[in-house]
Amino acid sequence: MSDNEVAPLETAFGVDHHVTRAEAPERSAQEGGPEMVQLLSPEGERVPNPELDAIVDDLSDEALRGLYRDLVLVRRFDAEATALQRQGELGLWASLLGQEAAQVGSGRAMRRQDYAFPTYREHGVAWCRGVDPVNLLGMFRGVNHGGWDPNEKNFHLYTIIIGAQTLHATGYAMGVQRDGDVGTGDDRRDTAVIAYFGDGATSQGDVSESLVFAGVNNSPVVFFCQNNQWAISEPNEKQTRAPLWHRARGFGFPGIRVDGNDVLAVYAVTKQALDAARTSQGPTFVEAFTYRMGAHTTSDDPTKYRVSAEVEVWKHRDPIERYKRWLTTTGTADTDFFDAVDAEAVELGASVRERCLSMPDPDPTEMFDHVYADAHPVTAREKEWFAGYHASFEEEVSR
Amino acid sequence: MTPTTLAKGITSGLRAAMEEDPKVVLMGEDIGKLGGVFRVTEGLQKDFGEDRVIDTPLAEAGIMGTAIGMALRGYRPVVEIQFDGFVYPAFDHIVSQVAKLRARSLGSVAMPLVIRIPFGGGIGAVEHHSESNEAYFAHTAGLRVVAVSNPHDAHWMMRQAIASDDPVVFYEPKRRYWDKGELGDGPDGDLGTARVLREGSDVTLLAYGPMVKTCLQAAQAAEEEGRSVEVVDLRSLSPLDEETVLASARRTGRVVVVHEASTFLGMGSEISALVSEQAFYSLEAPVLRVGGYNVPYPPSRLEEEFLPDLDRVLDAVDRSLAY
Repeated sequence: MSDNEVAPLETAFGVDHHVTRAEAPERSAQEGGPEMVQLLSPEGERVPNPELDAIVDDLSDEALRGLYRDLVLVRRFDAEATALQRQGELGLWASLLGQEAAQVGSGRAMRRQDYAFPTYREHGVAWCRGVDPVNLLGMFRGVNHGGWDPNEKNFHLYTIIIGAQTLHATGYAMGVQRDGDVGTGDDRRDTAVIAYFGDGATSQGDVSESLVFAGVNNSPVVFFCQNNQWAISEPNEKQTRAPLWHRARGFGFPGIRVDGNDVLAVYAVTKQALDAARTSQGPTFVEAFTYRMGAHTTSDDPTKYRVSAEVEVWKHRDPIERYKRWLTTTGTADTDFFDAVDAEAVELGASVRERCLSMPDPDPTEMFDHVYADAHPVTAREKEWFAGYHASFEEEVSR
Repeated sequence: MTPTTLAKGITSGLRAAMEEDPKVVLMGEDIGKLGGVFRVTEGLQKDFGEDRVIDTPLAEAGIMGTAIGMALRGYRPVVEIQFDGFVYPAFDHIVSQVAKLRARSLGSVAMPLVIRIPFGGGIGAVEHHSESNEAYFAHTAGLRVVAVSNPHDAHWMMRQAIASDDPVVFYEPKRRYWDKGELGDGPDGDLGTARVLREGSDVTLLAYGPMVKTCLQAAQAAEEEGRSVEVVDLRSLSPLDEETVLASARRTGRVVVVHEASTFLGMGSEISALVSEQAFYSLEAPVLRVGGYNVPYPPSRLEEEFLPDLDRVLDAVDRSLAY
């Protein structure tokens, strides 16, 4: 028997000849495979897709140009944040470099009433939801642990515990169901929820449990997995033996792999999944096949665990370059437009920098606030003591 | 005043809260048709429907995580953890999310969850069914922790816990579920307050949950020996009703804390520190603790040896009075 032949699996019901053992994974996760949905090749050529073309055709030229603008501005913001970290203005930054299309495509597929549950890298989704990018810097600068009101833009706080937010999203979707905000046919009411997570998170029990809960409840939630191939230093094959999108089937709903560096494909696939959710057709698992071009965070050194040749392969698949080519060849955008976006990006970078530097440190007594809705005697007493302790130094100085 | 059991006090508390507020939902394993393994939710699914009394998949992290999402959508979930020892898979969501979301969002997000945990031993159960893990949660800022000891509090404190905008871990003494008592017309004080159940002048016994009954019995026995023992039902573990505890300590000068949980870093440790720091000059004896030993909860044939009982409480009373 050669290495590739496997004996039929013995099951509790005897020998099942239909079950074959998956080949042990190897480091070949660079190709999305024939089942990956792609509407734009890395060269910027449109790949026809009878099922999804109509969704893209519905986008106006202005909307198409808007996607490009989003991609460029988000990348610029991200680069500025990385620079701010290097200069000591942020304690840490988790760059989204390379994942712009996965985030912008999915973020723009959402409707106003939809709700997103991010990890800590969803700067592009936050941008699409209208969250002020400077808000995202607060936790990385160390002035708060999030700090924005999630209900203002229907964008939950960044979640650092890996995978936990997939359950929050599912519970939120269960609430949406109980509110009757699915399947009414009202475009402004029917609501879908989207849970963002990475390839590493799929190993967490929370993610599997969220797929169980969403499946049995037929909840209006889209599980949007950005497979960026790396969980800090561990490649995808350390997390899974089977392609991630295959997982959905075991939980009883559809899974799909999409080229995460193709903004049009991500937009179309996510929109289709969100619309299915809001029309009571239940959850979908979307695996956006992409690549983390940078380090996990600014504290990481990827040269210790991955080869530059791999990064070179993915540079060729850059999400912005291919989209720019397509916009150019189709005449959807011209040089003036691209120049204007570049100029806007420069302005955004400068304003983000300025506003980051002027972000005040919180008053030390603020750490005692918002711990409880109703005052807790210990916390209240400690706040009072703390204030008095600090005041005692001021008295000494003034004496 | 109507006689009822502690379990049914909770049931009627849940029912009243569900009638008052359509956003109150119950979540847990086997809580629907079965009515929970202790029948605390009996009849509620029939009356309020499957959307409000949710039989969840068998996954505690999943229950807690989805309850958080429901709360974010504006619901007030009451989560049943089937047994004390099953809460640990949900621990991450409780301490990392439930306790912190208000602070992380600078007050814009509330987590009005109630986490019901039947706790304690004395029922001859197998492993993981007899634990007292309240100190883990009382240690976590952002959570409120209460433990009820009688049907009246079970009913009214449940309603108060559900009405609270803070998350409340609600401990139910499973061996007292079928104890009967009177259910009065209103709560005895706010959530967060203790109650002096029996006044005395020689020694103060501080207890909560299942040990309240044990302490009342010990006080009765002590009285027969001519000793006047005060019994305080703490009711709330976070926050502690410091005022009531300290007033009693100052009155008697002798304090014994009783709980089933291991004494090492248990509630008694915190109370001992509190009393020592704030009532030092009133004390006639060091604060003593009676509780479980620093071992995993033993097999049920040994649990009577592990759990504080009337004799061990009286022994501590004697030791306190010997100073």
